[in-house]
Amino acid sequence: MSKLPVAPEQLEAHYGPHLQFPGGKHLQSGLEIDRLVKTHCCFCGQQCGIQLKVAHQQVVGFEPWEDFPFNRGMLCPKGIKRYLQGGHPDRLLTALQRDPAAAGGFRPLEYPQAIAQTAAAIAKIQEQHGFAAFGVLSGASLTSEKAYLMGKFARVCLRTPYIDYNGRLCMVSAGAANKKAFGVDRGGNPWSDILGAELIWISGANVAECAPITTHYVWQAREQGARVVVVDPRVTPLARTCDLFLPIKPGRDVALFNGILHLMIEKDWLDHAFIEKYTVGFEKLAESVREWTPRRTAQVCGLNQKLVEQAAEWWGTASTSFLMHARGIEHHSHGVQNVLGAINIVLASGRIGRENCGYSTITGQANGQGGREHGQKCDQLPGGRDISNPEHRAHVAGIWGVAPDDLPQAGVDAYELFRKIDQGEIKGLLTLCFNPKVSLPDSEFVARCLDKLEFYAAIDFFLNETAQHADIVLPGSLQEEDEGVVCSAEGRVIRIRKAIDCPGEARQDWRIIQDLAAALKRPQGFEFQHPGQIFDELRRASQGGVVDYSGITYEKIEASYGVFWPCPSEEHPGTPRLFEPDSWNVVARGQGPFYFPDGKARFQVADYSPPQEEVDEEYPLILTTGRVISQFLSGTQTRRIGPLAEMHPAPWLEVHPQLAAKLGLKAGDTALVESRRSSIELTTKVVNTIRPDTVFVPYHWAGRESINRLTIAAQDPISKIPEYKACAVRVRRLEHGS
Amino acid sequence: MVPEKMEFFIDANRCIGCKACFQACSECDTHKGVSMIHLETIDRERSVQTVPVVCMHCEDPTCAQVCPADAIKRTPDGVVQTARKSRCIACSNCVLACPFGVPKMESGRGASVSGFNLMMKCDMCYDRTSVGKKPMCATVCPSGALFYGTREQMQKERPRSRPINEFRFGQQTVKTKVNVLVPRDSALEQLKVTDALGSQPDILLLGMYQEEEP
Repeated sequence: MSKLPVAPEQLEAHYGPHLQFPGGKHLQSGLEIDRLVKTHCCFCGQQCGIQLKVAHQQVVGFEPWEDFPFNRGMLCPKGIKRYLQGGHPDRLLTALQRDPAAAGGFRPLEYPQAIAQTAAAIAKIQEQHGFAAFGVLSGASLTSEKAYLMGKFARVCLRTPYIDYNGRLCMVSAGAANKKAFGVDRGGNPWSDILGAELIWISGANVAECAPITTHYVWQAREQGARVVVVDPRVTPLARTCDLFLPIKPGRDVALFNGILHLMIEKDWLDHAFIEKYTVGFEKLAESVREWTPRRTAQVCGLNQKLVEQAAEWWGTASTSFLMHARGIEHHSHGVQNVLGAINIVLASGRIGRENCGYSTITGQANGQGGREHGQKCDQLPGGRDISNPEHRAHVAGIWGVAPDDLPQAGVDAYELFRKIDQGEIKGLLTLCFNPKVSLPDSEFVARCLDKLEFYAAIDFFLNETAQHADIVLPGSLQEEDEGVVCSAEGRVIRIRKAIDCPGEARQDWRIIQDLAAALKRPQGFEFQHPGQIFDELRRASQGGVVDYSGITYEKIEASYGVFWPCPSEEHPGTPRLFEPDSWNVVARGQGPFYFPDGKARFQVADYSPPQEEVDEEYPLILTTGRVISQFLSGTQTRRIGPLAEMHPAPWLEVHPQLAAKLGLKAGDTALVESRRSSIELTTKVVNTIRPDTVFVPYHWAGRESINRLTIAAQDPISKIPEYKACAVRVRRLEHGS
Repeated sequence: MVPEKMEFFIDANRCIGCKACFQACSECDTHKGVSMIHLETIDRERSVQTVPVVCMHCEDPTCAQVCPADAIKRTPDGVVQTARKSRCIACSNCVLACPFGVPKMESGRGASVSGFNLMMKCDMCYDRTSVGKKPMCATVCPSGALFYGTREQMQKERPRSRPINEFRFGQQTVKTKVNVLVPRDSALEQLKVTDALGSQPDILLLGMYQEEEP
């Protein structure tokens, strides 16, 4: 049984989060530095270049890396203080075994014994209940080598269909819509195309806090005369000085895009030649947006009609543009439709595939892009291949040295995997780089599922809240302790460099996976000596696929500050900008720039539906959630970095003054927020930078401070992304707290 | 020496309140663990506007003028330095007098460096700028609100902005080494209340103010 071994307070006392501040070596002026290691930030999908300072086998600080072209030395506070994970008191230095009698709920275990016990438990479950009774959850902050190995490990060693990853909570709506419309899932442009765009459209992306470096690109474009349109329920820091702000009601983005397209058609702001030559499906789409008059659009979106018309005019008449979006439009039960709506107005404008004309989702996690390319998704094989396609299966099976029929079929998404645990179908779990107890919606359900597991093993460098349920914890590696590649939001494959060795008994994650394979007596295919060997196999596995890495080498990446895929041969320079008019790709084979046999992009009818849980008399307010600048995802890392945690030590409730007046709430009051699933007490911030019908709570915290106990597990039917950005709540003031 | 052609520019229009400047400042080698920058949130209830506050490095620094211990020195290349350890008596005159609100004397701020209370302020990363590097804050700032470069580079990259380095505080005119960027087309003149009045106001109230000609 994988219940918490002791009370949460005891776990916290032993395993944190404790705050580490600069001290000792960090503060020594004139400390002799052994070396500076050029690598990238361990946090978001921007993947800023950074140099890590290493002294005495520890990362003790950083120096800006001004030569790296994407960020030219710029960093956000997360990157600046990341080094404080080095030598952190919470760092797991040994394997742990659950022990309710031990003070912190765990006792140290010799690493070989931990591997043997984990393998034995996996074998026992699989012998009794079949291979599919064991599940694997992985993450998109891992290098592509590790992500690739996790997919292979689940399918080849564990022979289970049940692997998925935390990118399920992140970029999948964009990925699914991109594949439907373009036939490929990658941001279309290098960020340099932002700089020359005349109009920049940002929907549902808090760029300043979640992708801070992109701010500079937007401001530089504006210096050259660009207009900036921001669509968001909140005035984000970047929205403050934008040229047009549309404070949309959460979950209505596709309605807005359809309304924009309606006006583009009515005013003939279309690129007919582009539509004719490079797309299919426009007539049907045009028919579907006929009903989206400005009046109806404004009504559904909760916006002033003039704003909608102004936005349409600017979008319709621009000669160059860059449209970006992020989780704000993607985290919905109709997230794919929202993204398709965005893509439709881009395609109708013809402004894609050329200089200063671009479209991209802003990928969230460090390897958000790469982590979704090489097979740790439940329905995918390396190279962006499809696990249900016989040819794709045959290619990958050949590389892996197994019979195609031995590869499992598609599994299920991460949330459904928990439902299978709940139903008793999955009895054992291995997690790496995923903290679902904090990051999944309706998370009290997730906690109950963890309790039901017969066996649970977690690999991590800190004991995250999910791992607290584990029977065995295996001590994994920090980003700076391993070699590999990741793929940034731009589609640029870059090198992560090892700066130091793992401390104590901690191991590089891929070695732990290989040790498990060996202990399971199925070591074949898991005998790599170096991440470079994994990468070489990944290249071969991706060869000929849409996501072709076969021409990318570590040396080539280092020589040119990264290589954009597809890169099908070593002579190939890579592909910074997708969809250029005369470009060749593996699907169209010269027929056209898009990744379909006829080379044409697909307009898709994008249907509007409201969020699954609409407000009503009982729960009259929309809750939307998001990130803050100093914290990252479930906070496993940033809640332990003192200076970052101090900037935002706890979540809060953001309400508009009009709503606050109605609720009798003042700034600083304790508010009780209730949804149909759970409730939370929060300190109130009264701000007129949010819609009065919407309240906002950031999501990085655990336990009683976790807003995901209240969010809804509604999911997009196509992408399976959860609806973090809209559910119904009620709010009332508590007298002096509870 | 800080190269003469290199200048510091602040554009609060660009600031996103991320505190990268604040966090990076404390990583500088000469003042490890202490940040010499602060970020002002103007009025969070009404706006997300924030402003990074770094030392303006005045030509004739008010902080130095009022220092009874003569602890604040300006280098020949125009950088106003942190109070000298051997002289600072922690009287806080500089804190009160600085028209830009830069020096701080929070208890303990200087303690990690000097072992006692000491006025510490931005020295434009003298250890970096004097060897040709950029100051830490202006290197990392992800919005470009803090910028360090030549005037030509600034003008080329920011055609919509205009630098100013002369400020009036009552009777005092202060010229600074650091520039503030304002929208190019905005008027230089300060607003005068009386220009905006339709008729002469109640003379009894007006008597409370003595309007001075600049």
